[in-house]
Amino acid sequence: MTYRATLHGRSFTFGSVREVLAKASEAKSGDEMLGIAATSALERVAARYVLSELTLEEVRANPVIPYEDDEVTRVIEDELNDRIFAEVRGWTIGELREHLLSHGTDSDAVLRLSRALTAEMIAGVAKLMSNMDLVYAASKIRVVSTAATTLGLPGTLSFRLQPNHPTDSWQAILASIMEGLSYGSGDAIIGINPADDTVAKTVELMEQSHAFMTAWQIPTQTCVLAHITTQMESVERGAPVSVLFQSIAGTQDTNDSFGVTATMLDEAQELIAKLGTARGPNLLYFETGQGSEMAVGCDHGVDEMTLEARTYGYGRRWAPFMVNNVSGFIGPETLYDGKQIIRACLEDHFMGKLAGLPMGMAPCYTNHTNADQNDQETATMLLAMAGSCYYMGIPMGDDVMLSYQDTGFHDDATLRELLGRTPTPPFQAWMEALGLWHGGRLTARAGDPTVFLAEGPATPMLR
Amino acid sequence: MSGIEAPLDPEGLAELMAATTARLGTGRAGPRPRTTALLRFQADHAVTQDAIYSRVSEELKDRFGLFTVRTMPTDKAEYLLRPDLGRRLTDESRATIEQRCVKQPQVQIVVGDGLSADAIEHNLPAILPVLEQGLTSAGVSLGTTFFVEFARVGVMNDINEVVGADVVVILIGERPGLGIADAMSAYLGWQPGPGKTDAHRELICMITDHGGTNPLEGGAYLVELIRRILAARASGVARDDTDSSEPERHATTGERSRM
Repeated sequence: MTYRATLHGRSFTFGSVREVLAKASEAKSGDEMLGIAATSALERVAARYVLSELTLEEVRANPVIPYEDDEVTRVIEDELNDRIFAEVRGWTIGELREHLLSHGTDSDAVLRLSRALTAEMIAGVAKLMSNMDLVYAASKIRVVSTAATTLGLPGTLSFRLQPNHPTDSWQAILASIMEGLSYGSGDAIIGINPADDTVAKTVELMEQSHAFMTAWQIPTQTCVLAHITTQMESVERGAPVSVLFQSIAGTQDTNDSFGVTATMLDEAQELIAKLGTARGPNLLYFETGQGSEMAVGCDHGVDEMTLEARTYGYGRRWAPFMVNNVSGFIGPETLYDGKQIIRACLEDHFMGKLAGLPMGMAPCYTNHTNADQNDQETATMLLAMAGSCYYMGIPMGDDVMLSYQDTGFHDDATLRELLGRTPTPPFQAWMEALGLWHGGRLTARAGDPTVFLAEGPATPMLR
Repeated sequence: MSGIEAPLDPEGLAELMAATTARLGTGRAGPRPRTTALLRFQADHAVTQDAIYSRVSEELKDRFGLFTVRTMPTDKAEYLLRPDLGRRLTDESRATIEQRCVKQPQVQIVVGDGLSADAIEHNLPAILPVLEQGLTSAGVSLGTTFFVEFARVGVMNDINEVVGADVVVILIGERPGLGIADAMSAYLGWQPGPGKTDAHRELICMITDHGGTNPLEGGAYLVELIRRILAARASGVARDDTDSSEPERHATTGERSRM
């Protein structure tokens, strides 16, 4: 099948849906490195004209990687609701865009329609959206998830406390936890990335973080972000934890390189439902990001945005508690600068919500990227308008273990004030009881981690 | 120094802050960071930018008798955008190596700028003599050490097609973290060549006087690691399978630097 468009007297030809999708994307360094991006500004828009006229039926029939070849394609196709699809099969992607933006379409309508959308449709419609379109369309989609507590409720904005340390020193991690909590960060989860991916260390961190959460009666959940097999073995050995974590991607061979399969995730979900500390039903935590497939050479010539949408189509099978996106983490070879990172963040947040996922965002950058903290803050504020459920909370945004910059405790508190949002209701009550939150914002004593030294229960502390 | 105006437990705060390199105890102005904390963050980011975009000096290269070859990128911006090009030598560079290097040594040492010129400037003077003398006194034959501009780790495959060493070591600047802009990594491989990846390599990272392994110790550890690789005639995953007496690896952030 060949697709054609003529613009300003110039004709453009595209050989496949995959090519149309790749060339319709905003400029991304990763797609350019693969040689699949549009080669001129006009070709980019021509691809969008073609894309806007493709029907959902045509897109469904042309997955960017064939069904027979790839588990991600199979999971997405097999989970689709055929009755809902039959209602919309003749729509074009352009019509889908207008439907999503329409005043007549509310969150429930979007989430129902979502069951009929493949990743290519989700990526396709996002490619037809400007930045403000992406913010507006996402802002109306509300996804609520529950592990021990509930994320995504109206009026709330939550944060993952990310207290990492390069040698996994518990004293160091605990110091960051105390400071983060004193700023109101951590109501989404207290999630530690261990430097040492071993069962012994993972068990230890699960026990320590759970003991602290329990002793202080903090209404939240815990997670230790080792490899999923390491976490599963730790839980089987009796370690207490709320949710299990795994990075996932949009092609089967990338997931293979991460050491993860659908069967393994099924097993993880079963295990944590049986042996985890939280009631659920949402008990997995996924991390994703544009460019991870090309970074390991498993992109199949598909653009990084479409692969990211495939990741969401795959991940929704497990109805996760949280999905957080870290586009910007890899480096300039996938997203060159602040402009590309901000655009990718807005795309990913919208695409994840449209896939029905509880999206949190980690607008971030590395030091070899042409971006800085101002770009990071801009992305964070735009995503807050778009309705991101949660962000990271890191001391001053500087992760001393993973060596990149993300959202800081101060930003967390600021976003809540700017938007008039609160922590999750039980976490807010907990903060009020400790005198850290009053009248819709932090109190004068907030931001002092020694609140957790000066009073309260005896726990494994610094002294 | 703490930025918190009246902490409940000042001594406790000092202990918390001493427990981690994370930016704790900075205090706040409303919900925002205080001025000192903001500027310190900006200074620490600024030093990373200067480290990435500056060049290793000719003085340093001359001092250690290093000639310079380069990979395919034409400038730093292309180097950052195209990791694949940073793994391939230019034809001219291949010819230079062919002409100037001793062939088939046991160990070929290479110095590469990578993502931090500061890493090379600050650490090379300490680590290179320890490494060269340590290997020589262990009876290991050395090739001709040289410098690669716009280097990625994978360039060792191309280099060894010309040199034919048993082990290639590349000393290379890591992606700067905030406030630590001069960390060096050493990647090593047994008989690098086409198709070899990080799975076939070994790594010592965070070699720096600023909160990592200091370069003198790093050099000594590297000599020991090279002797093990020579004895096992394998590196990376292949050596793990054969040698269980491995000294503990240094767990650091550098593995995520995706050089």
